[in-house]
Amino acid sequence: MDTSIKKLILAVILQDPELVRGGGAPVFIARDRIEQDRIATYLARITEGVVHDLENGVYILVKH
Amino acid sequence: MIAERYLISTVLGVIFGVTTRFIMLRSDYRQYPGYPHGYITHLSLGFIASVLGGLAVPILVEKELPAIAFMSLAATQFRDIREIERKTLINLDQTNLVPRGPDYIEGIARVFESRNYLVMLTALIVSGTHYFTSFAVSMPVGAAALWISYSLMRGRVIGDIATVRPGEIHFEGPNLFVENIHFMNLAREEVRRTIMERGLGVVLEPHDDNARATLANNGQRMAIAHDAVTQLGIYKDVDTAEFTPVLRRDLDTGRIAMIILPLETDLECLLTAVRQVPVLESSLSRPLQSRAGHGAAD
Repeated sequence: MDTSIKKLILAVILQDPELVRGGGAPVFIARDRIEQDRIATYLARITEGVVHDLENGVYILVKH
Repeated sequence: MIAERYLISTVLGVIFGVTTRFIMLRSDYRQYPGYPHGYITHLSLGFIASVLGGLAVPILVEKELPAIAFMSLAATQFRDIREIERKTLINLDQTNLVPRGPDYIEGIARVFESRNYLVMLTALIVSGTHYFTSFAVSMPVGAAALWISYSLMRGRVIGDIATVRPGEIHFEGPNLFVENIHFMNLAREEVRRTIMERGLGVVLEPHDDNARATLANNGQRMAIAHDAVTQLGIYKDVDTAEFTPVLRRDLDTGRIAMIILPLETDLECLLTAVRQVPVLESSLSRPLQSRAGHGAAD
């Protein structure tokens, strides 16, 4: 278990940039649902995080 | 003649002591598997413990004060065993896909320490009985001491305090549930499909309020996940955090549910594995023994 900050939003993946304001995590804008899923998958694998669905078209990538 | 009697007492004590350690080593297997050098370490420590126990009676009878001082000094060495075990296991735990958790490690370390004291006690009882009575009497007494040590060390398992049964897994939108217990929110379609295909759900229903408090302990839950994974394997790697086994609690009833993606998707074996998980000493809780706890239970 490496020392790391837990429960942190690493990235936000969405199609409509209007849905998220403010900074902290990078926002990835996808053209469609398929691209959104693909970006989320890649980022999850790279960061060892988990993708959660806010059910309004916004995915967040969280380090647990 | 006296010296010979001492010798036989001591040797008998050592034989029974080492046998006790050896028998208890077998049940260590699941908790601490696969290290031949670990076995040798523990057998030699068991031997030293039984020598100490076996020598105690002759030393006391002869009133050898320096020897008594040295013996008590030697006995304190066994305190370090807990420390050694804890350090090793904590270090190894860091690289585990599903860690044992600090509570389980503490429990194992304590067990290793106390086993040596049991060995010492067995050796002391056997050599004492032989010295003060006869060979014929010391044999059954030794066998009884051995059996008592063995049954003392077994402890309780989850199957004794809770009903373990299968639980149905389902998704509501991105949210994963076992029965009515919410687990987590998972966005990726592929992950959801894998969980529906390979995931198994288990529900643990505590028998009483004591069991409910014990199961609420997070260390106990980590131990359940770890033991299930060691026995059935895990469909997970370092970059798929979604497939980590998770245990969640139903706040209303105190039920615990687990989702796990074992390599061997055999539900019956999984239930057996969960039932056999030891109840950790550190998580053991007895609210029913208190007046307030007993009164509050209805």
